Amino acid sequence: MTREEAGGSPAGDAPLVALRGIVKRFGDLTANDHVDLDVRPGEIHALLGENGAGKSTLVKILFGLLQPNEGEIIWQGRRVTLDNPEDAADLGIGMVFQHFSLFENLTVAENIAVALPRGESLRDLDKRIAEVGARYGLALDPGRPVWTLSAGERQRIEIVRALLREPRLLILDEPTSVLTPQEADTLFVTLDRLAAGGCGLLYITHRLEEVKRLCQRATVMRAGKVVAACDPRVESVSRLASLMVGSEVVEVRPAPAHAAGPVRFELRDLSLAPTEAHGIPLAGVSLAVRGGEIVGIAGVAGNGQSELFAAMSGEVEAETQEAVRIDGQPVGRMGIDRRRRRNAAFVPEERNGHAAAPRFTLSENIVLSLHATSGVARRGLVNGAMARQLAAAVIKAFDVRKGGADPMAGTLSGGNLQKFVVGREILREPGVLVVNQPTWGVDAGAAATIRQALIDLAARGAAVVVISQDLDEIFAIADRIAVIHDGRLSAAHPAREIGREQIGLLMAGSGEGHAHAA
Amino acid sequence: MGVTEAILLTVITAATPLLIAALGELVVEKAGVLNLGIEGMMAVGAACGFAAATLSGSSLVGVGAAVLAGLALSAVFALLVLGLATNQVASGLALTIMGLGLSGLIGAGFVGTNRDAIPPVYIPGLTDLPGVGRLLFGESPFVYVSLALALGILWFLGRSRAGLTLRSIGENHVSGHALGLPVLRVRLYAILFGGACAGLAGAYLSLVYTPFWSPGMTAGRGWIALALVVFASWKPLRVLFGAYLFGGATVLQLHLQAASIGFPSQALSAFPYVATILALVVMSVGERKATGAPGSLGAPFVPDR
Repeated sequence: MTREEAGGSPAGDAPLVALRGIVKRFGDLTANDHVDLDVRPGEIHALLGENGAGKSTLVKILFGLLQPNEGEIIWQGRRVTLDNPEDAADLGIGMVFQHFSLFENLTVAENIAVALPRGESLRDLDKRIAEVGARYGLALDPGRPVWTLSAGERQRIEIVRALLREPRLLILDEPTSVLTPQEADTLFVTLDRLAAGGCGLLYITHRLEEVKRLCQRATVMRAGKVVAACDPRVESVSRLASLMVGSEVVEVRPAPAHAAGPVRFELRDLSLAPTEAHGIPLAGVSLAVRGGEIVGIAGVAGNGQSELFAAMSGEVEAETQEAVRIDGQPVGRMGIDRRRRRNAAFVPEERNGHAAAPRFTLSENIVLSLHATSGVARRGLVNGAMARQLAAAVIKAFDVRKGGADPMAGTLSGGNLQKFVVGREILREPGVLVVNQPTWGVDAGAAATIRQALIDLAARGAAVVVISQDLDEIFAIADRIAVIHDGRLSAAHPAREIGREQIGLLMAGSGEGHAHAA
Repeated sequence: MGVTEAILLTVITAATPLLIAALGELVVEKAGVLNLGIEGMMAVGAACGFAAATLSGSSLVGVGAAVLAGLALSAVFALLVLGLATNQVASGLALTIMGLGLSGLIGAGFVGTNRDAIPPVYIPGLTDLPGVGRLLFGESPFVYVSLALALGILWFLGRSRAGLTLRSIGENHVSGHALGLPVLRVRLYAILFGGACAGLAGAYLSLVYTPFWSPGMTAGRGWIALALVVFASWKPLRVLFGAYLFGGATVLQLHLQAASIGFPSQALSAFPYVATILALVVMSVGERKATGAPGSLGAPFVPDR
């Protein structure tokens, strides 16, 4: 009934959905503070904000995954309550999740079938997948198990799954964060077609160029509140950025031209079988990093970054001693502590649970990574006073904001904990530093502090390797850039000589020779 | 009746309780829940089944009571691990200990009581066929139920929509919840099904296999059923194979003991366990690591609110 009414009216001003005064609290934290938002049919509406601004919480409420403490949701003029995602889907709300809601060991068709309404026939599902795929340029092989697919293909499953339910409103949460630039272009074409067909789209992102290119309206959130609503087509990127961050964005000082020193960290034809199910094997990875330079390793998530980090750090040992060298010494068969004693330091990707133990205090976390090198643990005993001293030094040098004298790591915000785990290693003045996703999910201020510290460390003569999915970050700090795809690492090109397009092609696995032909 | 036929009959007899219990656990684990309480639920099923059958004089009432007892005990487990999101390993172990104790209490008045075993099926003409008659048409009704269960579960998990939902939830409950699948409800049904199967397996022990009650009569079969599920890579037909292999090894071991080949009988008693696990390990070697293991197995699920 409601659908017909909406179908009869042109893509006009009547909102498809309106959120009014939404409040959502988690304990002391107010994730959404009286948020208003509306989306019209046929428009692509950007929801902008930094990590932690409350965007994901808001769309989870709109998709029935969370219940608001206050406020109302008005769907096509009618007040509704959404108790669960099924309610939202029945109204015509579809969602493409940031961290995919897929089942690795099931096939593409099974992943789609499981989300269809109960009682709907699955008989010609393969045909319907093919139809939707053809209409929107989303090719999929229904019989493939998901774990064999790339991130771009996985996202297609999510989109096809949402489209098969013929949504009136489609929510996309950071859809390009796992895509190559070329895959993102394909996605934008799909989204334009959907909007042209009258579907409303709510597009969540912190990437401003995309918003300018794709969206007709934008709502900007900061610290749980809506701070601006604007037309992104007429605003400048720097104005959008300052709305999002709340102040002028801090730029990192570009690296001075380093006199490249001797090779301090080297991988020679490193091949490694994965240690986990669904892992990526490393194949013939070679890389030489000189003192004084930062080498950035770009790539789409899940192309062997974790495996490469584990091999560099010694969490997984190489097959030969020669495969990894620190300051000319072969260390391939050595574990992480022996590599640390050779003046290397490592910061893994996941700060909660890998780089730091969330239920340990900061000083205990100091012991976890510095026990081999600092004398904080001697003859099996922990020197607590020294650990607290070291923690205090890191906290001071990196402006780590915390509550209490020595709080548990898990109580720190993402940005502050990340500053702590990066600072912990940098304060040692390592000769080699390998860091995986140094600023993933942290606020702009913390990201700038961390990036500056990496640049300064390299300027003091260290060899720095930064593995990152954030191309902007890599271009901001790296002297040379290599790309990892399917466990293979490209040659490292000087950052000033390689363009985004060429990196995009490498990320998609096209050979370097084809870069210009495409 | 030939010797081969007699041996095969005993193999099937030894395999059936394992098969029923393991199939139930397979469904539970496919939904992402690890229930280590099978041994306890089997024991309570055996005790309640025997007590009810003796008191009422009806085997059917006994079987019904056993199934209900297994169901009830699994409902306690479901309350703990789903309602209160407790640790599944600890809750399952507690369930086994509680079940073994409870079965002793329920069966205390029936130790030494004898009753006739539930008779095997008899179809005039067919059962009398020479060679295969008893084997194909003269088994205990439990045997036909267990085989039907195996095929039914194979179809349910592989072909039906509800089975797909169950597998998805076991694979990744966070994704399942995000898609609006009723994670806790499906897990509740799976746990109850597993409990009913364990109760039924217990009934087979006390009403068919050894038609009397004695404390501890489950003798570790619940644990073997658990191991079968894992080593069979969560595949129903492999569970069937594993159960029959175990039955075969049990019978072989008995014959070896009777032949007194000068091997310690305790070591021979361990033989079926070792042989079954070895065979299934060999089968699963060479497969991709962790294939078949439900991704969310053993993890408690607490939705955000």
